[in-house]
Amino acid sequence: MVNHDHTIFALSSVRGKSGVAVVRLSGPDAGTALDRLAGDRPRPRRASFRVLSDGEATLDEALVLWFPRPHSFTGEDVAELHLHGSMATVDAVLQALGDQPGHRLAEPGEFTRRALENERLDLAQVEGLSDLIEAETEAQRQQALRVLSGALGAQAANWRSKLVRAAALLEATIDFAEEDVPADVKPEVRELVADVISDLQKESAGTGIAERIRDGFEVAIVGPPNVGKSTLLNALAGRDAAITSDIAGTTRDVIEVRMDLRGLPVTVLDTAGLRKGRNEIEMLGVAKTRVRAEQADLRVILRECRAAAPTMEPQGDDILAVPKADICEGDFSARTGAGLDWLVDEIGTRLESRAGTVGLAIRERHRTAMKRAIESLQCATIQLKCEADLAEIAAEEVRSAIRALDCLAGRVDVEHILDDIFANFCIGK
Amino acid sequence: MILVTLSRDGIGVMSCNPAIGGLGKGHLVREIDALDGVMSRVADRSGIQFRLLNRRKGPAVQGPRAQADRALYRAAMLAEIADHPEICILEGEVTDFIMDGFRVAGVVLADGSRVEASATVLTTGTFLRGTIHIGATSRPGGRIGDASSVALAERIDEFGLRLGRLKTGTPPRLRTSSIDWDGLEMQPGDENPVFFSFLTQRAEAQQIACGITRTNERTHGIIRQNLGRSAMYGGNVAGVGPRYCPSIEDKVVRFADKSAHQVFLEPEGLNTDLVYPNGLSTSLPEDVQHDYVHSIAGLERAEIAQPGYAIEYDYVDPRALASTLRLRDVEGLYLAGQINGTTGYEEAAAQGLVAGLNAAADALGLEPARFSRESSYVGVMIDDLVTRGVTEPYRMFTSRAEFRLSLRADNADQRLTPFGIRLGCVSKARQAEFAKKMNALESGKARLEQVQVSASEAADAGIRISRGGAMRTGPELLAFADVGFEELLALRPELSDIRADIQEQLKRDALYAQYVARQARDVDNLRRDEMHAIPADFDYGILGGLSNELRQKLAAVRPETLGQAGRVEGMTPAALTLILAKLRMGERRAS
Repeated sequence: MVNHDHTIFALSSVRGKSGVAVVRLSGPDAGTALDRLAGDRPRPRRASFRVLSDGEATLDEALVLWFPRPHSFTGEDVAELHLHGSMATVDAVLQALGDQPGHRLAEPGEFTRRALENERLDLAQVEGLSDLIEAETEAQRQQALRVLSGALGAQAANWRSKLVRAAALLEATIDFAEEDVPADVKPEVRELVADVISDLQKESAGTGIAERIRDGFEVAIVGPPNVGKSTLLNALAGRDAAITSDIAGTTRDVIEVRMDLRGLPVTVLDTAGLRKGRNEIEMLGVAKTRVRAEQADLRVILRECRAAAPTMEPQGDDILAVPKADICEGDFSARTGAGLDWLVDEIGTRLESRAGTVGLAIRERHRTAMKRAIESLQCATIQLKCEADLAEIAAEEVRSAIRALDCLAGRVDVEHILDDIFANFCIGK
Repeated sequence: MILVTLSRDGIGVMSCNPAIGGLGKGHLVREIDALDGVMSRVADRSGIQFRLLNRRKGPAVQGPRAQADRALYRAAMLAEIADHPEICILEGEVTDFIMDGFRVAGVVLADGSRVEASATVLTTGTFLRGTIHIGATSRPGGRIGDASSVALAERIDEFGLRLGRLKTGTPPRLRTSSIDWDGLEMQPGDENPVFFSFLTQRAEAQQIACGITRTNERTHGIIRQNLGRSAMYGGNVAGVGPRYCPSIEDKVVRFADKSAHQVFLEPEGLNTDLVYPNGLSTSLPEDVQHDYVHSIAGLERAEIAQPGYAIEYDYVDPRALASTLRLRDVEGLYLAGQINGTTGYEEAAAQGLVAGLNAAADALGLEPARFSRESSYVGVMIDDLVTRGVTEPYRMFTSRAEFRLSLRADNADQRLTPFGIRLGCVSKARQAEFAKKMNALESGKARLEQVQVSASEAADAGIRISRGGAMRTGPELLAFADVGFEELLALRPELSDIRADIQEQLKRDALYAQYVARQARDVDNLRRDEMHAIPADFDYGILGGLSNELRQKLAAVRPETLGQAGRVEGMTPAALTLILAKLRMGERRAS
């Protein structure tokens, strides 16, 4: 049996509004977590009703299952919490688990890996699961990309550059002490670190992240101008969300409408028509469209007829469709409603097959990342105020903050820090 | 064991500046010493100035450094070899290998004679297709005054390895007697020298000071006017140079706003008239070298004994190596030093040790000697080289070691000597010294752990800790940066019979204990992945679900462990899981 120190957890069911959400835990402290959240451990392998609480507030009424090792999926102690499917509930439970000592969110494929290490799976099973892991990894990457392309992304890039600079200053005084580098970098490092701490605190204390990270899926409707994108959005939303008119190029920006599709939270994006803009504003709209549409989870690409080339290269299982079935040979008509059910089914099926847990996972991951980074940076600050010049300890804390933030700001390698040093200081006596 | 070299007189010759150690490099030398290598002892014996760098910072980033007397270093190195009668020195140029299928079974010399060997370690330095550049002139050469190795380079071409080209520079050498030392700032060595070897007690050679001067606007003007005549700026040199060791031309161009650059005037020895002006490396023509040297304070009348030059040489992409430093596809052939894309004596010596240990293990049919990232700088360097390759000459920095707080110069023996004893490369004398030291450390630590000091008692001794907290043990008190053994002795005078060097070591071990414990988890994770060995013939082709790109990368790097595989660029969790699954299958079948 391979011993892991961490207990990992994740939402392991695909989320749909009507369904039950299953949160799974695996690792040495899974039992302790049950004791704390559910009051005790139920009889092994029996579904038992428990009220979950984080010690202060009731989180949910849930069915709880307890699989003591080695008779579990991973071979470790495993617990399953079957929750009511609401996002708020799942979110609260994940957060409560994240606050348990020794607990952290599972990386993609980590349950599988543990199962494998404990010989609970054979290669055929792993090969089957590897597609899922790949999909989960890819989905996380895309989701992260989407989240990070916005304001948070700019913030994260800013943190990264400040922390790389802070690390480079400290490392320069350590590794190039004999060279022409400033002797006392502490004031500048302190300032950089203080900036990042205050940003992180602002970001994680308030609802900043929660507001920016849209949960659920994004589906973009793309196609040439006036093909009927806005009409389709309105038909799906059941209200006049986008302004529709017969004048091509009416929708210059991206319009978002949140809706439920087959029980899944979906944001449908209505985009500016993809063509060469006639004026500057329209060109801007078109550029924005491309970026947003590429980052969406799924694209419905509309074309005027089956022979027409799509205005955007389809990715993965994107849907190609011809609208206006009422006036030409098409797949559906947003005006009459014919074929709309078909389209909604197509979208729903595709989204359900994706790892729907990604949004929440990302949010929880970011929250813990920021929390850990703040802790490390505060330790660094204390160290930087010390009289003794233990730059290596301050550097260690900055490094661990950088590591904690790598899901937000990207991995920082020693080469990035060296690049910064060599670019800024004349090294080489 | 046969040591083939162009000339016996070339053994122990320092081609660059006569200094050993420094930050990261000093750590390597201590590790070499912990395994009973010779560089540490030889540097101690020939050291004419010892300085512990970063003395004011914590012990994890302190690096011992020494200026060596060239002649003494060479003599001490030859004496070490003479002390090992099993080593036979053979003068000659290696021009070819004796091949036995895909196995190197020895070497062929220029005169046609053959030397058979069960394992061969190749250390070409800068000699492999070496080219020396001074201004517009370039000519073949491995080091000033020595020929380069071309025939061997052609033979290596046939192995189908990926070769690259690197460059490095040297400054002009100056006559000591022609330098106006009066008025120059002098930098003496440490009052209490810190040596490389755990066994060295005192300096043998006379100790000297180095001089410091600076370039000025006039120097920079001369260089700027003649940039086009520099071999590097004139476009003669294609190789990639190290960013941390730029030529004076580079410094003037890249840091145009700096009005002065430091130059350290390092005497090359006690009985020589040569000075190495560290900071002036160049590939400008000789006449320009004269002009800019003379523009510098103290060097107005300096005589150039030998002009500075840049040297370009071939290296083998080290990703072709296993972590034993054997070429993965050529049995019996090990590479070490600059041929693997590194720079520096210390990096080369550490690789020599790894390659030598493994060549010996190979010849004797023993288990290979593997070094890991969490236990040594040697391991960090080897892993960086074989999994990531190099883009510039590779030099050790302490920032490359993720477990820097545990991989210290002061505990290199604690980390590596037991390993060396298992490998059989540690002398009886050192084993005995080491056992004595470990006993003293352990009993000292046990005594410290029994100490219980309350906050108020500590406060009386001037140690500020939060009141109302639990009692503190000795190591817990020593974990505070500002609490030394002296403060502890004020509280517990009975501890004063602990040897002074052991007291210091206990303080150093205590200082980082908390961080080392925190890193232990990362170390465990790393170790877990390192434990899954991937066989050399592992077939990535049969793994469904791996992208083609990743499959090609893995097949090229051929990681030896799952941990190494995880460090291959572009690796995904799914791919790692798949490899692990396949490994598990293999294990089960085998058992």
